[in-house]
Amino acid sequence: MSDNQQKIRQYIDSNFLLGARDTSYSDTDSLLDLHILDSTGVLELILFLEETWGIQVADIEMVPENLDSVAAIAAYVQRKLAA
Amino acid sequence: MDRPKLSADVLAIDCDAETARVEAFIVQTLRAFNKRGVVLGLSGGVDSSVCAALAVRALGPQKVFGLLMPERDSSGSSTRLGAEVAQQLGIPHAVEDIAPALEAIGCYRWRDEAVRAVLPDYTPQWRIKLAISGGLAGGINHFRLIAQSPDGQMHDVRLPLREYLQIVAATNHKQRLRKTLEYFHADRLNYAVIGTPNRLEYDQGFFVKNGDGSADLKPIAHLYKSQVYALARHLGLPEAVCNAAPTTDTYSLPQGQDEFYFALPWAQMDLALWARNHGYSAEELAAALGCTAQQAAAVLADIDAKRRTTRYLHARPALVETVLNPCAENAA
Repeated sequence: MSDNQQKIRQYIDSNFLLGARDTSYSDTDSLLDLHILDSTGVLELILFLEETWGIQVADIEMVPENLDSVAAIAAYVQRKLAA
Repeated sequence: MDRPKLSADVLAIDCDAETARVEAFIVQTLRAFNKRGVVLGLSGGVDSSVCAALAVRALGPQKVFGLLMPERDSSGSSTRLGAEVAQQLGIPHAVEDIAPALEAIGCYRWRDEAVRAVLPDYTPQWRIKLAISGGLAGGINHFRLIAQSPDGQMHDVRLPLREYLQIVAATNHKQRLRKTLEYFHADRLNYAVIGTPNRLEYDQGFFVKNGDGSADLKPIAHLYKSQVYALARHLGLPEAVCNAAPTTDTYSLPQGQDEFYFALPWAQMDLALWARNHGYSAEELAAALGCTAQQAAAVLADIDAKRRTTRYLHARPALVETVLNPCAENAA
C-alpha cells in the first residue's frame, strides 16, 4: 500500500468510521455503495485532499471515478500531483 | 395482477374520499392529543393552503389559526397569497415579521460571512440562492452558490464544505423560528401544530429538523405533489395557489424546489417516486419520463441516496435501550 493510500485510509477510518472496527473495506470497494461516504462526506474528503496535498479539485473531477475508493482517490491524487 | 402503465394517471385520486379521510384523521388526532384546534404557517404555497382548507372542513374556521411569517428574503407574493387564503377560509390569522428576530440571532450575519468567503465582493444588496448540481450528470451531488450582483451580473461557484454547511445552518434558523412561533400560538390556544409536507418532501427529507419538519400531525405527508394540486382545485382554493410552482422562499433569488433539492421538476419526481414505491424498473420510468434508462436509473438511485442521507431527520433521539413507548395505549 502506498503512503498516500495509507493516509487516505487513516482519514476515512478516523473521520467517517470514528475508529469503529466493525466495517471493513478493500482498497477498491465503493465507499458510496458501502454508505461510508455521502454527498457531504465527499465535500469533507475533498477538503482533506486539498489541504493535505495542496491540490485543487475541479468541478468536473467531482465524479465517482476519482473519489469512490481508496485506490481511486490515491490514483487521482497521484495524477493531480504529477500534472 | 396487471400493473398499470406508468403515467400521470396512476396518481389520480378520488378527491371527495380523500378529503373525508383526512378530515376524519384531523379530528381523531386532536381528540387523541386533547387539543382543541390547529395552528399552521401559511406560505401562500399549495401545501399549507390545502392543509388549512382541510383543517377548516374538519374543525370549522374558528378552530384554525394561520400564521404569516415573512422575513427579509421572502417573496412579497407569499404573504399576499397566504393572507388571501386565510381570508377566503375565514380563519383567524396573524402576521409575524421574523426578520428582526433572525437578525438578532445572527441568521443573516452567519450566512453573509460564508457567502463572502466564496464571493468577496458580496454585499447584502446582492441576491443569492443555492442550486444542486452533479447527480444527474453522473457526478456527485453538490451545491453551487448562484448570485446576482446589483449590476445584474450572475456568478456561479461551487460551495466548499464549510461555507455550504454554514449557509444551510444559518438559513435553517428561518424554518426553526417559524416553528417556535407556531408552537407559541399552539400553546397559547391549546392547539396542535400542523406540519405541511407533501409526500415528496417527507419521503426525500426535504425539511429542517426541528423546523418545518416538526409538528403534531402531518395530514398530507402521504400525498404526492400532483395529488395535493388536485385537492387544491377540488377545495376551490385561489387560482394563484392552484398554479403556484413550488419554491423554497428561503433565498433572495427566486428558487424552485427542483433546482435546490429534487432531481426533477415535481410532476416527474412524483412519477419517479411512485415508480420506486411500486417496483417499476428504470426502463419503465424512462419510457414515462421520455429520458434514457441510464438517466432514470440515476433518478431512482438518487431517491434511495436521499432516503439514506436524511434518515436521521426523521429519527427520534436515539436511546441506549427502549425506555417507554409514549404512543402506546397504556402509556401513563
